[in-house]
Amino acid sequence: MTDLHELTTDNMEASEESIAAGNGVLGQRMLRKEDPALLTGEAIFTNDMKVPGALYMAVLRSPHAHARIVSIDTSAAAALDGVHSVYSGADLADSWAAPMPCAWPVTDDMKNPAHYPLAVSKVAYVGDGVCAVLAVNDSIAHDALDLINVEYDVLPAVIDLEKSLSDVIVIHEELGTNRSYTWPLVIEDNEGDCQKAMDESAYVVKERYIQQRLIPMAMEPRAVVALPQPFGGDMTLYSSTQVPHILKVMTALTLGIPEHQLRVVCPAVGGGFGSKLNVYAEELLCVQLAQTLKVPVRWNEERSENAQATVHGRGQIQDIELAADENGKITGLRVRLIGDMGAYLQLVTPGVPLLGAFLYGGVYQIPKAFDFSCTSVFTTMTPTDAYRGAGRPEATYAIEHAMDALARKMNIDPLVLRRRNFIPKEAFPYEAYTGLVYDSGDHDKAATIAENILDYDAMRAKQAAQNVEGSTKRLGIGVSTYFEMCGLAPSRVLASLNYSAGGWESATVRVLPTSKIQVVTGTSPHGQGHETAWSMIAADKFGVDPSDVDVLHSDTAIAPMGLDTYGSRSLPVGGVAVGLACDKVIDKARKIAAHQMEANEDDLEFAGGMFTVKGSPDKTMALAAVAFEAFTAHNLPDGLEPNLEMQVTYDPPNFSWPFGTHMCAVEIDTETGNIEVLQYVAVDDCGNKVNPLIVDGQVHGGVIQGLAQALFEEARYDEDGNLLSSTLAEYLVPAASDVPPITVGESVTPSPTNSLGVKGVGEAGTIGAAPCIMNAVVDALSGLGIQDIQMPASPLNVWNAIQQAQATNQENNA
Amino acid sequence: MEVSVTINGTVQTHDVEPRTLLVQYIRDNAGLTGTNIGCDTSSCGACSIHLNGEAVKSCTVLAVQADGQEVRTIEGMADADGTLHPMQQAFMENHGLQCGYCTPGMVMAATSLLAENANPSEHDVRIGLEGNLCRCTGYHNIVKSVLAAASA
Repeated sequence: MTDLHELTTDNMEASEESIAAGNGVLGQRMLRKEDPALLTGEAIFTNDMKVPGALYMAVLRSPHAHARIVSIDTSAAAALDGVHSVYSGADLADSWAAPMPCAWPVTDDMKNPAHYPLAVSKVAYVGDGVCAVLAVNDSIAHDALDLINVEYDVLPAVIDLEKSLSDVIVIHEELGTNRSYTWPLVIEDNEGDCQKAMDESAYVVKERYIQQRLIPMAMEPRAVVALPQPFGGDMTLYSSTQVPHILKVMTALTLGIPEHQLRVVCPAVGGGFGSKLNVYAEELLCVQLAQTLKVPVRWNEERSENAQATVHGRGQIQDIELAADENGKITGLRVRLIGDMGAYLQLVTPGVPLLGAFLYGGVYQIPKAFDFSCTSVFTTMTPTDAYRGAGRPEATYAIEHAMDALARKMNIDPLVLRRRNFIPKEAFPYEAYTGLVYDSGDHDKAATIAENILDYDAMRAKQAAQNVEGSTKRLGIGVSTYFEMCGLAPSRVLASLNYSAGGWESATVRVLPTSKIQVVTGTSPHGQGHETAWSMIAADKFGVDPSDVDVLHSDTAIAPMGLDTYGSRSLPVGGVAVGLACDKVIDKARKIAAHQMEANEDDLEFAGGMFTVKGSPDKTMALAAVAFEAFTAHNLPDGLEPNLEMQVTYDPPNFSWPFGTHMCAVEIDTETGNIEVLQYVAVDDCGNKVNPLIVDGQVHGGVIQGLAQALFEEARYDEDGNLLSSTLAEYLVPAASDVPPITVGESVTPSPTNSLGVKGVGEAGTIGAAPCIMNAVVDALSGLGIQDIQMPASPLNVWNAIQQAQATNQENNA
Repeated sequence: MEVSVTINGTVQTHDVEPRTLLVQYIRDNAGLTGTNIGCDTSSCGACSIHLNGEAVKSCTVLAVQADGQEVRTIEGMADADGTLHPMQQAFMENHGLQCGYCTPGMVMAATSLLAENANPSEHDVRIGLEGNLCRCTGYHNIVKSVLAAASA
């Protein structure tokens, strides 16, 4: 068997050599088991399910950002041929055992308005559900929506976060305020220290950044099928979700359905990025109506509906003050956030800014002079919630963009400034200013690898030659570094943050009578390749081929215990659980083999699927034989239960802390504002890699989502609260022609906190990319007198900034 | 009204409403759900199929317009013996898919692209696929897959 720790090396070549020596599968670029079904149309997504007799639900959504519902007339819709029934929020008001869940009451006094699947007296964002129609097919259900007559008393929209805080217009009158909570990160004596640093340090930069709202836009919109068994009493909920287990608990609580009679299944899920980490109105409506009517009820989300009714991400105003001494060593840091919650608190909405709170210090040695506080407010826009990175890209953007501002102020190279502040390799495990312990890191190495790939010095020389006066093609170089807090999470830490659930993960491993292996995991993949990666972990442990392992998941009847897939947790928590469950099975198999071979357990070695008595290489027993003995149970040691099946629930002792350096070069056409990304280098160190093919894919996709925030995407609202970018024609998800290829650099620093030495990687690329690109954009333009550009740095935004800078320069010269 | 379409070599005839889109016909009437729907503005390309040998977004065509025509969907790409189409194989070997939702459309668009230009540059591939959106891969490995299929 291969010990992952032995595989830890500095580069891919060496890593692959070591694996060959160990005869293991871990670390190989194994092709994915998931692919054939997805490549041939065989995979079934929720919307693909054929459900005889199902009624189709369509939801009438508010066209107003903020309005009282005066009256609703559903009679014409109900009379349409093919319509089964029509429901308003008032019709269903008695159906709910509890409001829709928010699982993260971050403070004891957090304000959380009651939120039901359909609005009853008031709508609070464009897209808020008002009525549900059931019909015999999808087209008729949508036709009927046009026949519902709703009279609204329109109220002013609340779009601006700071105006919302003034409470001039209170959205949820029962709360008396638009402020949901204020959460300070309390560090002993930090406030005084921080002020002192601001007052006495050689350099202070004070910046305001806007994290624009983003729309996650998973390619598969959401879809739901609720399938009741009216006589048996059970209910099966099929949903395009990342979180079948959380959804089961929350649906049971919200609808008052006995949890043991509820099963949640995710068929193939077409991406999530955090947006399917939630409990949605449509899931609850379908289950409730199916339960009441005793027929299957299904719903397919349309794309423009998805843009309004599925959570948004980001939405923060960040005020950051960074102080440094004459050498650029950071002496103090102050952060004030305003978080845009949107109209209601969804599942983890209030916690998103907190996930970033611990990362504003980046990869730097920061004294305890750190002062952080976040105030979150309601607005009349779609609720926000987790979106790839969830709080951590925002934090990384702020510190990394501020570091560049500091470098410009000091007139030194931004990479030099960063190196002066890096936490040194020998300091790990490192207790940060927040009290959290970073498991491992080697920032200088990651930066050096990126620097070499980009050929940083040569690029700087090229920039100096190119960015001369009058040049219309300006070169910019971007650097960003990051530490990511992922692998959510130690349950006790979550408790300290008021999160309502734990952070463990479950795995069951069984060797079947014919020696094939089943792995049952509580993670719920939707593109991350867990079937492949978990097979590799088990195959490595048992010394078998990964094709002899099957991974079962995403069905609460098959995998009853689990906490699902989000927050880059699946491998460092769920994958580690799989490895530990394999170890337990092997321990049991060893007892059976020792008994059968009349040998001492301690004298048995297990390798390549074979138990061998040490020193007697001819005395062997194959795992297959042990599995069959365990199954027949004819001759087992006294007191040992039959079968080879073991379950593990693993609660991680720490977060995992991936880190990295990204660098890029961009060229900006000053006459059009167009930005071309010439080169992008990502060095993401996620510890040991189970499958580098999958790791690289996660980095590529993550980088482009971060780049998309920097250059393309924004959920734009007008002053009346209308979402102006509610289709893929208006919301600019980049296409292949809009983005560059990505060079992935290799750095492996194992995590010491888990037995596989792994860290998460799902969000890393996104976290590093937005600041990297924006640092390059400002780097290209700072010579023109431009201090910053608001994301997204669209050609128009860039061109406007250039025009304004030129006008200012002319004024100053006049 | 009655619409007959040859889908993956088999003639299918179904009675549909005039407003029925070809993608709905393929999914709901022919029961071939490998063709996915990702948007409502013909922006994403998830529903790309071949109509008379050329890639089209099947949400931009009415079923009646396809009457008497030849359609090929993702289900018609692999051989009956289970051998993947070279483009499918290239996507698998180059990790050109993650969640797989855009993948059928990508494969159909990419095969059509190679039919028009057998030796595309990386730039040609990126431009050629600009009507197909992917949220997972950042396109890096999709482009790699198509280039690999071209040189296979």
